[in-house]
This record gives sequence, structure tokens and C-alpha cells, in this order.
Amino acid sequence: MIRLDNLTKVFDTPKGAVTAADHISMEVPSGEICILLGPSGCGKTTTLKMINRIVRPTSGKVFINGEDTSSLDTQDLRRNIGYVIQQIGLFPNMTIEENITVVPKLLGWDKAKYRERAREMMRMIAMEPDAFLKRYPSELSGGQQQRIGVARALAADPPVMLMDEPFGAIDPINRAVIQDEFLKMQQELNKTIMFVSHDIDEAIKMGDRIAIFREGKLVQYSEPDDLLAAPKNDFVESFLGEDRALKRLNLVKVRDLASEEIGLVRPDDTLDAALERIEAYGYVNSIVMVNDKRQPVGIINAAVARTTQGHCRDHYQSVPVVVTLDDDLRKVASLMFANDMTWVPCVDDDGRIIGQITQRAITHHLGSRYRAHSKGEGGAKAAEASPSPAIKE
Amino acid sequence: MPTLNLAGAGRLLVLVAVFLAGIWSQSSGVIDDFIFYLPDVHYLVVQHLWLTVMSGCLAIVVAIPLGILLSRPSMARVAESMMQVLNVGTTIPTLAVLALSMSFLGIGTVPAVFGLFVATLLPITRNTYTGLKGVNPALMEAAAGIGMSPTQRLLRVELPNALYVIFAGIRTALAINIGTVPLAFLIGAGGLGELIFTGIDLYDPVMMLSGAIPTALLAVVVDMLIAITAFLLVPRGVNPSRA
Repeated sequence: MIRLDNLTKVFDTPKGAVTAADHISMEVPSGEICILLGPSGCGKTTTLKMINRIVRPTSGKVFINGEDTSSLDTQDLRRNIGYVIQQIGLFPNMTIEENITVVPKLLGWDKAKYRERAREMMRMIAMEPDAFLKRYPSELSGGQQQRIGVARALAADPPVMLMDEPFGAIDPINRAVIQDEFLKMQQELNKTIMFVSHDIDEAIKMGDRIAIFREGKLVQYSEPDDLLAAPKNDFVESFLGEDRALKRLNLVKVRDLASEEIGLVRPDDTLDAALERIEAYGYVNSIVMVNDKRQPVGIINAAVARTTQGHCRDHYQSVPVVVTLDDDLRKVASLMFANDMTWVPCVDDDGRIIGQITQRAITHHLGSRYRAHSKGEGGAKAAEASPSPAIKE
Repeated sequence: MPTLNLAGAGRLLVLVAVFLAGIWSQSSGVIDDFIFYLPDVHYLVVQHLWLTVMSGCLAIVVAIPLGILLSRPSMARVAESMMQVLNVGTTIPTLAVLALSMSFLGIGTVPAVFGLFVATLLPITRNTYTGLKGVNPALMEAAAGIGMSPTQRLLRVELPNALYVIFAGIRTALAINIGTVPLAFLIGAGGLGELIFTGIDLYDPVMMLSGAIPTALLAVVVDMLIAITAFLLVPRGVNPSRA
């Protein structure tokens, strides 16, 4: 757990005092990723760097797992916090192995232990230990270097990690891959992480919580879905973008909105029965035909059912799309638009139909949450989460 | 192939020229003249090297800590002006430095070593300072952020990454040093300058060359030795010659 208590930084500049961070109070529960988000110069990086004292706080306190860090020696404090920076900062004079084992060595681990740890870290970041440990950073690609940067930060197994735009300098394709790998690692490691970003999409993807900063103040601190559903003021709203409802689609899984009710036909049903069921369920174009194991084998087109007589088994077309319970709504919406459908069948791991997800359900979900929050519930909830003077703008 | 033939012809020409030079030097007695100076050369080379080693080591021992000190953040305000003072120091011709040190320290080895030390100091200090200042700030932030103390940062990150530049400074400085040692003869410290200057005064080219050629050879050999040391000492990851 990381708790910031009225953390403030005032820089003395030739033009006068500049408040880079103004009474920031917030708490990140153990095992969660908190994204500090905002435009450049908003104080998010200053806030992050005050936690490991790269920037000395003017006033305020930092608590890690309940312990006031101001009583700790700076070096001891930093050795127990993983630190990843955008410029990666691997030491070019050291091999990959030496880079990864820097902190364990500082902590006085014995040689056999830290060498084994280096191999373990390489396996964790999916890089072959024998191929890479003896090489130098300049021989690696940017993506590989930042994987090593993350491994170095994790090598001494610190409970807390600070990441300053760690994936900002990596090309978009590699970035998505590294983000996914990192989230997968985090599921096992359960570190408490503060993560600076200026990319709203990255924040929504990586964050359990998002803190929006503006001009040194913490404006809103909520979970991503709440943030997108109920931006606290015009600044947050414009920062999130006008397509924030679409961004929410990333956060919701099919599982949350799928309904078990779905109209199906079997190969032995007549087309008349199929047409009846299409109308009964309100499907405009078609209905799914399943086999004995409830696996979809095709669809019956309404137009065909209307003009033809016979059995379904003789008149079906191939199934255009199905989704699984773990797919997010962004994929579902994309499939719906691409195939001109208002509903998509959902299947389980064995490919058996277990329900459907409809366009109505999606729009209702986005709409109802948004309406509920607009009436003020969400705003009150967000303010509760961070009772700081900064909130009361 | 025509290029190969040309190279072959060139090599043949060089061989012929060397052969003719050999015949000429044997017949004119130059070789015997050189051999006459050999005991002098031997004695003076040792004296010459001794001056270089003393002043060079002294300069390295003073200049590297000085460069490190000036590169510390706490020295940032005075560092640039200190470097300017040292820069002005180098614009004073070495001969003038030797003359000045003679007027304070008298004649002999001591003023010569001091004058050479002053001339050698600056390139090493400057390269140490700029080398350390040139270390990527991201590395320094990473080193601080993972919990290295200032001393650990200096020894494990800053110096290894600046070492190549520091060695370049030592190379330049010692090349200057060896080339300047002959002037030390003028204030009574000996060295190969004894043969060079006496040769000039007596219109004796053989005597002059038996001082000048070993001086040139010494400069080349010392330069190579330092290059080899740098090659071995600078970590592979930051060594351009081992990339």
C-alpha cells in the first residue's frame, strides 16, 4: 500500500515559486496499479519522484505499507522500491546480468543467489538467459532493453514499484506486447504500482485506478470505469476525449452483459418455425442453428425462411461471428458493425452457445451508468475517495 | 590484377630505396657516427623517460581527482570558472612555463618536472571533467533511483562510462609531455634535448638526429602503450574500439 499525505513540492525558480504538486493526498491499495495521468507539467512525475525522494518533498508524508518513509535512509528506501524510467537507463558498461543484479548486490545477497535470480528474472520476462545474460545493453533492441529495465526493478522483489512512462519510448506494436506481458506478470506478482502516463488508452488498459492531475492538483481519483462514466469536471471530460463512452467498451467483458436468453433453431426444425422464432426474439435478419451439443453450425436467414419451405438443415449459411465471455465489448461492437448485426452469440470454451449479447444491452449499460452518475452519485463517490483540498475546485 | 601489380611495384621501390639508403649510410660513415652516440642515447632515454614518468604520474594523480571534484553537483558554480583558469593556463607556452618554474625553483630536475606537470595537467583534468559531465543523465537518475550511494554511483556508473574519454585525455597529455621533455634540457634537467640542442649548436645533424629520432619513437611507443591499456581497461559495453 502506498499512501500520500498532503504531499507538496514548491520549486524556487528565477520567476518565483512554482507549486509543482499541491497537497496531494491519495492511497493505492496493495496489489493495485495506480496510473498518474495528465498533460505535461501537471505534477504527476514530480509526485511520483517524491515517493523515492528523487525529488525532495517540500512538505507532506509518504507511507509505504503503513510505515512513514521520512524516517528511512534514502538509499534503503530506494533499494526497496522498484524504479523504471522512460529512458530505460540500463548501465551500458555492465552486462545484462550485472544490470539485473545491481540491486541484489547492493542489498548484499550472496553470489549464487543473485545469479540464480538473474536467470529467474530472464525467464519471467520471456528472454532466454543463456542467450542474453552475457551481452551488453547496446546489443539489444529498445523493447528488449525496457524488458530488462523492468527485470532490474523487480530483481530484489520490492513490494512497491514506481514507473515513469516506462513504455513511452517503445513503438506502438511492441508497447502493446510489453503492456500485456507486464499485466500478466502483475497478476502473479501483485506489486503495488504507481505508474505515470500521458496516454489515456494506456491508463485505461493498465490501471486499477486512475488519478488525473492538473496544474499540480489531483483533480479526480477513481477506477477507470467510474472515471469514464462520470468525469468530475470539464477539464477531466475534455482530457478523456469525446469518445470516452467508446473507451469504456474496453473495460467491460462480455461476461458482464451477456444474457442467457437466445433464440436457436435445430437442423430438424422447419423454416416456418425458424421465422416464428426470429420474430419472437426480435431478430431482424437471422437466427443461429445449433447441433446436438449446442455448437453453432450456421444461421438461417430471415429472407430465406420467409420465401422458402423446408427444413433448416438444408438452408443454412455459415455462422458469421461468435464471441467468448472474456472478450471485451470493444471487440463485440466492432464485430457487430462489421457484420451488420444487432446481436452476437456467445460461446464457452468448448464452443457451445451459452447466450447472446445485444447492441441494446451495450448501449443500455453505457447509458444507464452515465445517467446515474450525471445526477451526482458518482461525483460524490469520487470525492470521498480522495478527501483533499485539491478536489474541491 | 593491376592494383596488385602496382602495390607490388611500390613495395619493390621502397625496398630499393631502403637498400640504396643503406649503401649510402654505410659508405658515408653515418652509421658509425650514430653508433658513437649510442651510450649517450641510452643514458638520455632513461633520463627522458624518468622525467615523463614523474611529471605524467603526478599529473594523473592530481588531474583525475580534480576533474572528479569539479564535476560534482556541489561544485557546479565554480567548476566552469576553474576550467577557464586551467584553459588560460594552457595558452602559456611550455617554454615560458619552464622558464617561470626555473625562476622560482632554480635549475635541475625539480623545476623541469614541475613545468611538465603543469603542461600535462590540463588535458587530463578537462577530459575527466567533460567525460563525467557527459554521462547520460538518465543513467544517473536510474543509479540514484535504485539506491546507489553517491560513491557507488561514481565508481560503478560514472567513471566506467567516462573512462574512454579520460584515457583520450591521458593520451593527449603524455604525447605533449614527451614532446616537451627536450626543452627541459634548457633548464638543466637533461633528457634527449641534450643531443638535439647541442647538435643544433654544433651544426652536427647526426648528433641532433640521434636525439630527435628516439624522442619521436618514444612518443609513438608510449601512445601505443596507453591505447592498449585503454583497450583492456574500458568496459566492453562502452568501448568504441571493442564494439
